[in-house]
Amino acid sequence: MTKDHWSDHLILIVGVLFLLTPLWLLFASSTHSVDTLIREGLQWLPGGEGLAPYGQALTTASGFTDTATGLRMLINSMIMGVGFAVGKIIVSMAAAYALVYFRFPLATFLFWAIFCTLLLPLEVRIVPSYEVVSDLNLLNSYTGLIVPLIASATATFYFRQFYKTVPNELLEAATLDNAGPWRFFKDILVPLSRTMMAAIFIIMFVVGWNQYLWPLIMTTEEGYYTIVMGLKHILSVVREGRVPEYNVAFALVILAMLPPVAVVVLFQRWFIQGLVESEK
Amino acid sequence: MSDKRQRLPHSPVPYLFIAPQILIVLIFFFWPAAQALYLSFMLEDPWGLSSQFVGFENYRILFNDPEYLGTFVFTMVYSALVSFFSLAIALLLAVKANNIVRGQSPYRVLLTWVYAIAPAVAGITAYFIFNRQVGVLSGLFNDLGWDFAPETDGFDASVMLILVSVWKQIPVNFVFFLAGLQGIPKSIREAAHIDCENPQRRFWTITFPLLAPTAFFLLVINVTYAFFETFGLIDTLTQGRPGGSTTTLVYKVYQDGFLGADLGLSSAQSVVLMLLVLALTVVQFRFIERKIHY
Repeated sequence: MTKDHWSDHLILIVGVLFLLTPLWLLFASSTHSVDTLIREGLQWLPGGEGLAPYGQALTTASGFTDTATGLRMLINSMIMGVGFAVGKIIVSMAAAYALVYFRFPLATFLFWAIFCTLLLPLEVRIVPSYEVVSDLNLLNSYTGLIVPLIASATATFYFRQFYKTVPNELLEAATLDNAGPWRFFKDILVPLSRTMMAAIFIIMFVVGWNQYLWPLIMTTEEGYYTIVMGLKHILSVVREGRVPEYNVAFALVILAMLPPVAVVVLFQRWFIQGLVESEK
Repeated sequence: MSDKRQRLPHSPVPYLFIAPQILIVLIFFFWPAAQALYLSFMLEDPWGLSSQFVGFENYRILFNDPEYLGTFVFTMVYSALVSFFSLAIALLLAVKANNIVRGQSPYRVLLTWVYAIAPAVAGITAYFIFNRQVGVLSGLFNDLGWDFAPETDGFDASVMLILVSVWKQIPVNFVFFLAGLQGIPKSIREAAHIDCENPQRRFWTITFPLLAPTAFFLLVINVTYAFFETFGLIDTLTQGRPGGSTTTLVYKVYQDGFLGADLGLSSAQSVVLMLLVLALTVVQFRFIERKIHY
């Protein structure tokens, strides 16, 4: 086991190439001019346009009004990713605290009510969910974009699992010190959960950023478009038979994947922990 | 349900803490879910002005519709193939990454990268790579003698969709398999080394059974992925075309409910999907009880 076998490396390299070549191809092509792309197709090496198409992607709007620029959509996605992750962490930490540390009559019933949300993903109840949000006048709002997505129990179970591993002596010590339930939560449990919060934040940020269907049906005002759903406009241009500005389109696609990829690569350790623990 | 021996005294506090979650779940989960159930027993007139109770009529229409049954079969085959290939490739990569000593972490970073890409973004990327005007893959397949035409040929479109879905799902499986492999105690690995010379036999008789719980759990994750999360991928890559040959059950709920505005039929499909997920969850629990853990 001391020496690496060359064939192991070969298989891994083939795997990496399989996964990353499409992304490289798109990135390299995004730095070419539209003419080159139409004449010669996708390019393997970076071209003369440099990052100019990215500037264009950030400042020009793809929709009918000029509110949905690349930058605006990136900001909306950021609000959605961060808002979703933070909201989910707060709501589920509080709920898990109630479930683990208190005995109250409705506990079991509420636990199963929360559990039920795992049975029916948003994609399946999409039409009635839309109706509810529209009845509540939440279409075209950040609240409407974020809050309905929080109604799933994954993070609650994750924190519930974690609280159960917290030693009981801490609670005993806190009760001896006359700390109330709020003090115990704020001064002991939250600081202890820091790593877990970071790990789940990474996962939830990626999930929130990557939402597609929900923003697609929720937003009719272009000022609320997120970048992942905004990409759909590129496709409708192509499907209508018009020639899109390919390089700008590719730049937008790269911009849409950059933030979540950066988060996963930079916080690799937390990401692995969050992924492995949250799915259990 | 919890093993904390000492608990905080009874008070209104827990209700305050759990209230936000319950409120959100009630409004944005139970209300729409109940509506789906209710609407699945109703028939709306074409103008959406009135609706009447029709019992199981929507379900009867659904299961007599050859198109729906075709979608059903496609979804099953599609999720089976996507799960199988993405699990197999990820397992191979994880075993190799666990074998080597040098360069483990760069490989891990590069192989998990694609996890962060949204299914919809993966679909658009693939759309351009297969695109006739600028793409490279359709031309390559044609040069190899395969008359590849995903726009018109249902089989080709399905191959394309499966390939992209597998591509997107490999990283998740890789992370879990690698974590599973690294969780195998060193003593067991050393004992295996002494007992069994042949590395292949060693893998199938010792390592693989130890990974079985991970693999089973991942199977559920992968089926769930193929069912639900591939929505964005399908909507950007094929939109169910040609002729509905790449439409999954979830995509059809959206097509009938939003584009076709047939609420009763779409709701009945939601309920069928809910029952499928329920069955999947029950299977999951049964297997965990039977302990594939060794």
